[in-house]
Amino acid sequence: MNTRIAYIASNTFREAVRDRVLYNLIAFALLLSGAAILVGQISIEIEKLVVINLGLTAVSLFGVVIAIFIGIGLVSKEIDKRTLYTVLSRPVRRWEFIIGKFCGLAGTLVVNAFFMAVGVFAALFYVSHKFVRADALILVALYFIVLEFLIVCSVALLFSSFSSPLLSAVFTFSLFVIGSFAEDLRNFAGMAHGVSRWLATGAAYLVPNFSAFNVITSIAHEQPVAAQLILQNTLYALFYAAMALSGAILIFEHRNLK
Amino acid sequence: MKHRRKITIVASVCLIVFLAASSFVLHRTDQLRPQGTLDEVLFLNSPKVIQRASLGYDGLMACIYWTRAVQYFGNRHHDFAPSFNLLAPLLEITTHLDPHLIVAYEFGSSFLAPKPPHGAGQPERAIQLMEYGIQNNPDNWRLYYDLGFVYYMELKDYKDAAQAFERGSHVPNAHPFLKIFAAQMAQHAGEFQTARMLWTATYQTTQDEQIKQNAVDHLRALRVDEDVTHLQDAVTRFGERTGRLPTSMSELTAAEGLTGVPVDPDGHPYKLTPEGRIELRTPDDFPFATVGFPPGYKPKFHAMP
Repeated sequence: MNTRIAYIASNTFREAVRDRVLYNLIAFALLLSGAAILVGQISIEIEKLVVINLGLTAVSLFGVVIAIFIGIGLVSKEIDKRTLYTVLSRPVRRWEFIIGKFCGLAGTLVVNAFFMAVGVFAALFYVSHKFVRADALILVALYFIVLEFLIVCSVALLFSSFSSPLLSAVFTFSLFVIGSFAEDLRNFAGMAHGVSRWLATGAAYLVPNFSAFNVITSIAHEQPVAAQLILQNTLYALFYAAMALSGAILIFEHRNLK
Repeated sequence: MKHRRKITIVASVCLIVFLAASSFVLHRTDQLRPQGTLDEVLFLNSPKVIQRASLGYDGLMACIYWTRAVQYFGNRHHDFAPSFNLLAPLLEITTHLDPHLIVAYEFGSSFLAPKPPHGAGQPERAIQLMEYGIQNNPDNWRLYYDLGFVYYMELKDYKDAAQAFERGSHVPNAHPFLKIFAAQMAQHAGEFQTARMLWTATYQTTQDEQIKQNAVDHLRALRVDEDVTHLQDAVTRFGERTGRLPTSMSELTAAEGLTGVPVDPDGHPYKLTPEGRIELRTPDDFPFATVGFPPGYKPKFHAMP
């Protein structure tokens, strides 16, 4: 990787750690251990299901919230604090700044997800007293969640490159919600006619489609995930994130920072 | 520094005191208000809306709704509630959110089907739930078994019970007893022996301790039903022969050629009342028995169905 990008990425990571982002791990640990103990007492036969469902949902939601709230400030905060001018006055290109910021945030989320994954497996061991082969499928769900993070980070960065933090948060969160309904959007497009059909289809392909990434429920039931889906989700996440980052670079390159 | 420390101590004490005070007031307020107004309300009752609102995290939502269903049933059951209006919708939402949550079908049908006080007395809803489960999990033979069980035990619909067992017997890796049950339904439906076979099969094929205990309770109750029915028949025969009621259990057993005094599964002898009724000495120990209770008897506790 370009050294300058690596520097920006590592600084972004350190800044996130300094902002006490990883404190969410404490909340996560409390949530998971509490659920693992409580559910056994108030429900019937779903201890393992709850640990997997709750654990992976928390990994996903905590990560998405962090991605949104840090991602939206990555550019605007640097402009407000005027640190961006110091950075750009050095031999750093604007696109390197964007890519560096993206890598730093993605790295933060991967580290966060790693510790949460350790927590999920620990809770699983607590309720099951052993690991079975099917538990390895959880890694696939975690991988898909990380892919989701890449998309959300890139989208947050895209909005952050031209909008205020508040609006960026609203836009990114809205896109996350719409992306969860992307399948419905495509179905609506199928029912429409003429221009509206084209517009709806275009919108359905423009918004990120998160539904294919959500395999938590099926993995909780030990249903395997097709290798083809893993490959296609990987490609989709990479292409979509690259597209959003290209947009962010395009806007940031032409933005008047004076 | 000293001043700061003083403030820290005062603030900490205030925090604890006021938290305790607010909790106390809230507790008192709860006692003032009529209970249960919220219990019978399901603000969102469309499974599709809930599924959409879960933003794809429907597995977790299903676990939450399943826990709600268990808690709802447990609380109503414990309170001797005469109706379980929210149970079926809660189970339908749960299984719609996660159609592969087998435990919701298995336990759900045993919550819904039995007559109150042991269940909601909604065998038709239990059948709907099981059919939905079979539709989504066609390779799970236990669901066919549970469906046949509801038809047999609650509706006494032996034809449909036989059909459910027959359908289940075609599932790959189905337990061989499904074929036997299907045949048994045609010849010996309604007999104690058939019911005993079903509960024994339930006991042998489940890993769940609660289901096992439930099967044991039902098997004990079946034995009581069978014993009391036979003894009551003996009393009738005695009356027809002698023109009077037996004065004691030993007179009855002697007349019937039985050895010893008949005892219930716990070893307590059955009681013969002056009116000629056969009764249990400890009826509370057999919540699922259908005969052998004194007139006007009300159970002191409920067992899970």
